[in-house]
Amino acid sequence: MLEKALIGSKRYWLWIGALLVVIGIAFIQYLHQFSYGLGITGLSRDVSWGLYIGQFTFLVGVAASAVMLVIPYYLHDFKKFGKIVILGEFLAVSAVTMCVLFIFVDMGQPMRIMNVVLHPTPNSIMFWDFIVLTGYLVLNIVIGWTTLGADRKGVHPPQWVKPLIYLSVPWAVSIHTVTAFLYAGIPGRHFWLTAIMAARFLASAFAGGPALLIILALLVRKLTKFDPGAEPIQALGKIVTYAMFANVFFLGLEFFTAFYSNIPGHMAPIEYLYTGFEGHGKLVSIMWTSSILAVLSLTLLVFPALRRNENILAVACVSMFVSLWIDKGFGLIVGGFVPNMFEGVTEYWPTTPETIITIGVWAIGFLVLTVLYKVAVAVREEGGYHD
Amino acid sequence: MSINRRQFLRLAGVSTVLGVGGASVLSALTGKGEAVSQTTPHFTTDPKAITGKRWGFAIDVRKLKTDEEYQKCIKACNDIHNIPEFGNPKDEVKWIWKDTYEHTFPTVTEDKIMNKELKEKPFILLCNHCAQPACVRVCPTQATYKRKDGIVMQDMHRCIGCRFCMAACPFGARSFNYRDPRGKDANGMPFIKKENKEYPTRTIGVVEKCTLCYERLAVGLLPACAEASNGAIVFGDLEDPNSEVRKVIDANYTIRRKPELGTQPSIYYVIGGRE
Repeated sequence: MLEKALIGSKRYWLWIGALLVVIGIAFIQYLHQFSYGLGITGLSRDVSWGLYIGQFTFLVGVAASAVMLVIPYYLHDFKKFGKIVILGEFLAVSAVTMCVLFIFVDMGQPMRIMNVVLHPTPNSIMFWDFIVLTGYLVLNIVIGWTTLGADRKGVHPPQWVKPLIYLSVPWAVSIHTVTAFLYAGIPGRHFWLTAIMAARFLASAFAGGPALLIILALLVRKLTKFDPGAEPIQALGKIVTYAMFANVFFLGLEFFTAFYSNIPGHMAPIEYLYTGFEGHGKLVSIMWTSSILAVLSLTLLVFPALRRNENILAVACVSMFVSLWIDKGFGLIVGGFVPNMFEGVTEYWPTTPETIITIGVWAIGFLVLTVLYKVAVAVREEGGYHD
Repeated sequence: MSINRRQFLRLAGVSTVLGVGGASVLSALTGKGEAVSQTTPHFTTDPKAITGKRWGFAIDVRKLKTDEEYQKCIKACNDIHNIPEFGNPKDEVKWIWKDTYEHTFPTVTEDKIMNKELKEKPFILLCNHCAQPACVRVCPTQATYKRKDGIVMQDMHRCIGCRFCMAACPFGARSFNYRDPRGKDANGMPFIKKENKEYPTRTIGVVEKCTLCYERLAVGLLPACAEASNGAIVFGDLEDPNSEVRKVIDANYTIRRKPELGTQPSIYYVIGGRE
């Protein structure tokens, strides 16, 4: 089926070419980082994780969100998702690929990555994250490729894939739960030490991931002859709305606990992010941007009449995606490190090389996504689909 | 063991992919891997080595009166352990340093009204060699691990530089080599001013921290900071009720950093009691 990605319009090849150029530029920057060290980034002794790990965390959520299509389609027999469930699975493949790459570029000694396998350490959450992410990647490649292959031939997918599909449901929950546990089990980082972290992660994932999927589905319809259909997109819109309300509610719970308890350590990171702390407030403007975009997206989504207009839906989804990206892909990580372990403040902001490398990893993700979607769309355009 | 060319290439290829390297291929080929390790001499402990169950410090900051006295302890460590100076706080590597009371005990300093002398008293900070270390719990490769004598060790050859331990340590005791410590600055000055050939320098991209001078204990010497402290830093076995460190703790009022987190720090700070 992969040969379908080798036949495309001029526009397709231009897009591929543009992505490759971006990847090339970022790769050169990465080589620089590889020789100079992570000192090339804005990271410091006090803020030792930043943009890279933020992107990793955010994208695990995007990957997990495929389950929001799998559950209705396979467990509730919601047939309308039949044609687009593959878009969710392939988005998960692309997202996990980016996750792995973001971990890789964040490592001080990337050549030693196999040490995680050579010295397996069950008490380390990172070890489990490695396992669940690898498993999820394999599951989605196998499931996506097999079901699409069957669709192409107009036959039912083989029976053995069914248990894998069912397994992928709890597995999707596991990847984001385990990723939340990276943070939620650390003593001394007040901003992260919260039992609701995994629930927050899942809620924001099930909002942000499907929001991206809606945007992608609308793009697929615009750019190809395959129409994912208005009804599945609307159904996704409902999912996004509920999940985002849950996410904002959970965030509110964090605010309540921190400020009603009046415990300084719990309040400090939130103050740093939203109002500034002891004269430091580099993140205040973007955190408020995130909040405003969240309110805007919810306002547009909560009224069915507005949501049914696909242009408005698209605006809402883009706003939400950006909002969650800031909140989870950036603020969540930096907030854990400010104030530092001495109640002092060292601020963080990504450097240009760091930003270019980050864009490069996203470009690789988009490249993987483009190729996979090209195959999926080509199969659908040929009429390949079996109910 | 006979082996043809094809088998050799396959074995070499597989082991290269797995990153096992040449030595193990050779031992697999010759079938002497086990034999070699049995015939080579085993590690024997130096009879002078100082041994204990849980090493710790009692640091009596009242005995450190001037900045020079603090710097003497810090410099003793820095010089021996080839601590690089990158010239900016962002990339800083430090194993032992001086900070204010408020920064050392941030959770207990919310009080605006307190003893002025204590509030302004500088403290000496280093790895707490916790009994329940969060850094060891999170490390995905066991590059940081707890020794039988309580030292929280760091294997800089195994560390993958993920910095999970830095996120996990509640005491900010860990540093990452954001740059190559063996390198030079823009003016050609080496980051390690004067290299001590007796102790290894580190590589780029690994985490490091105080190792409680395990290399000195192994040959019967006290930790460098304790030796340079003129009695202010008392070293000993916390599990031994007759050790000097326990006597100091018994006779004085001591506090530890962030005890509420349950990591069980092994560094005690003497702030009151008999001088």
